[in-house]
Amino acid sequence: MSLTNEIIKGRLTEKFGDQVSSFEEPYGMLTFEAPKELNLKVLNFLYDDEELRFRFLTTLGGVHYPANKGKELAVVYHLHNLEDNIRIRFKVFTDINQPDIYTATGLFSAANWMERETYDFYGFNFVGHPNLKRILNVDEMDYFPMRKEFPLEDQTRVDKDDEMFGRG
Amino acid sequence: MDRPVSYNLIKKPLEADISIVDMPEGQQGEGFFATKLNNVIGLARKNSIWPLPFATSCCGIEFMATMGSHYDLARFGSERVGFSPRQCDLLMVMGTIAKKMGPVLKQVYLQMAEPRWVIAVGACASSGGIFDTYSVLQGIDQVIPVDVYVPGCPPRPEAIIDGVMRIQDLVGKESLRRRNGERYKGLLESYGIQ
Repeated sequence: MSLTNEIIKGRLTEKFGDQVSSFEEPYGMLTFEAPKELNLKVLNFLYDDEELRFRFLTTLGGVHYPANKGKELAVVYHLHNLEDNIRIRFKVFTDINQPDIYTATGLFSAANWMERETYDFYGFNFVGHPNLKRILNVDEMDYFPMRKEFPLEDQTRVDKDDEMFGRG
Repeated sequence: MDRPVSYNLIKKPLEADISIVDMPEGQQGEGFFATKLNNVIGLARKNSIWPLPFATSCCGIEFMATMGSHYDLARFGSERVGFSPRQCDLLMVMGTIAKKMGPVLKQVYLQMAEPRWVIAVGACASSGGIFDTYSVLQGIDQVIPVDVYVPGCPPRPEAIIDGVMRIQDLVGKESLRRRNGERYKGLLESYGIQ
C-alpha cells in the first residue's frame, strides 16, 4: 500500500484537526497551511510519523502578498518523502509587522542557508536560527528587495532616463 | 566583407610575413637615432600589454574566442594573459558585476602595479546592461576608473580587439608624468583609492 494524498490529509486532520486547512492539490501536489505557531509541530509530525516520513526538505522560500492584510508574508516548505516518492507543500502565513517564525534548523540542517536566504529577501525573523544574517545580497543592504513595495530597478542610478525606458 | 572596425578600414599592405611596428618620430643619421624617451617607452608598453581577464559571464566567452587562433589577440603583443594582478597591465572586465563582486574587483585593481589600464567589455560591465536591478553594479566605473568601454551584448571579438587597440593608443601616447600628476591623483581619490 503506497502513500497517497488522501492518507496524508487524513493523518494531518486526525492529529491537528481544524488547525491545518486550505487543502489543495494543484498539479497533484498536496498543499496545505497551518498557523505559524504550529509550523514546527507540523514539520516534526510529518518527519517522525512512521507512515508519513517526510524527512527531506527540498526547499523553503517566502512569498509576499501585499493585499492579504495581516497575513502578508508566507513561508513555504517543500517536503519530500524519499521512500514513497511523494512531495507536499506546506505554508504558514505571518503578519508583515511581526514576521517571527520558528526556525526549522533543528529538524533540517538544510534549512540553515535556506532560511538565511528567505530572511535576506523577505525579512523573516526565524526565531532560534543560529546565524541569521544576509547570505546573497551585500551586507550593507538596508531593505528586503523581494518585498513588493521595492521596485526591481536599481534606485541609485541617475543617468537612466525613465521616459526612455517606458516608465515615465 | 569588411566589418566597420578600424583595423579593417585602414588598409595596410603586407610587406613581409612578420609585421613590425613603425618607428616613432625622431632624428636619425648614420649609426644613431634620437627620439623622445616618452615615445620609446610608449612604443614598448603598447606592444607588450599583459591582460588580466576578469571574466564573469558571456563576454568572457567572446574573450576566449578573441584569444584563440582565429582572432588571435597575440598579434597585438597581448598573448601573455596573466592571472595574477601583480604582473598585469590591463584589467579586462568582461561580464555582469554583481554588487557583491564590486569590492573583489576593486581589490584586484588595487593589487595591480602602476601603470595600469582598465577596459570594460560589454554592456553589463559598462552600465549594468539589461540588469537594471538591486543586485547588479550599474557599471564598473562606480568602483574603479575605466579607460575604454566596449559596447555590445556581448561584443564580437572584433570589437574587443578594437577596444584593446584603443587602449594601445592610450598607452602609446600617455605622458610619463601622468601617473604622478595632480589630476590622476584626484581621479583615484574620487574612487577612494590611496
